[in-house]
Amino acid sequence: MSILKAGTKAPEFSLPSTPDQKVSLSEFRGQPVILVFYPADWSPVCGDQLALYNELHEEFAAFNAELIGISVDGVWCHLALAKDRKYHFPLLSDAHPQGAVSRLYGVFREEDGVSARALFVIDAEGIIRWSYLSPIGVNPGADGILAALEALPKREGVAS
Amino acid sequence: MSESRLVIPVGEHDHSEGAANAPLTLVEYGDYECPYCGRAYPIVKRLQKEFGSTLRFVFRNFPLSQIHEHARAAAQAAEAAAQQGRFWEMHDLLFENQQNLGNGDLLAYAKSLHLDSARFEKDFSDPAVVKHIRDDFRNGVRSGVNGTPSFYVNNVKYDESWEFESFKEWLLSSVAA
Repeated sequence: MSILKAGTKAPEFSLPSTPDQKVSLSEFRGQPVILVFYPADWSPVCGDQLALYNELHEEFAAFNAELIGISVDGVWCHLALAKDRKYHFPLLSDAHPQGAVSRLYGVFREEDGVSARALFVIDAEGIIRWSYLSPIGVNPGADGILAALEALPKREGVAS
Repeated sequence: MSESRLVIPVGEHDHSEGAANAPLTLVEYGDYECPYCGRAYPIVKRLQKEFGSTLRFVFRNFPLSQIHEHARAAAQAAEAAAQQGRFWEMHDLLFENQQNLGNGDLLAYAKSLHLDSARFEKDFSDPAVVKHIRDDFRNGVRSGVNGTPSFYVNNVKYDESWEFESFKEWLLSSVAA
């Protein structure tokens, strides 16, 4: 399995964000989306990684970009983490069937049953423009995401 | 990602200790409320002592304000102290008192350094001070800062252990290179 590359259409998905709500990728058509796959809630590296993205809320908003976190943890676990860390972005549960969406994006780790640490920047038309697979123990930071957002073509109709 | 480097070289806008022409420049992106930065603080002090005039140390702000409620105010306090030439004294006080970073505490530290309190309070919320912190943060992200503390040795991100012995070995090998 290998990570989906730039130029590929981002596979549609619909995953729970709370016990009674689902979020679909297609809801964000018309704006860039940053997909952050990570192995587990509460683990120290992801914590730092997501804390950094939470801090960059304004920077991402300047690109009208929406950030979405995805792991195989359950919704209650996600809710507890999001509340504890005051996250400004949704965390989706890829728990059932385990890792199905992670598999679609080529970032599921069969050996331990969790999502890999991977980043995707998807443009307003739903095409992957940048993807990156990080070593599992390494926080990839945000410089790659910001560079990819900057490289997106400016939206038509935006006054120049 | 491949080797990350500082996008903004060390310059006049930075707070530094040690000679500008020192063969080693160590830059830390840190958060005054971050416990890991607190643990790194005495290690950096020891390294400064160990390397003496061979090492220049620079501190840049990287407050993770969403998880550390006092981090940004603490950074503002250090920058406000800098306006009266006392950045490093405040930087040290903040790291030595990480559990007490409320606004009252920050004011008390300013007093203990005999700063002009009125000026300190004014500089504390000066837009230029706030912008300086934000600029450090943004440039840090662009340089690959992925958490705190993040260290750079001669412009290149250092991702190995920052325990004293390992860090010292790395710096020794860098100065020889």
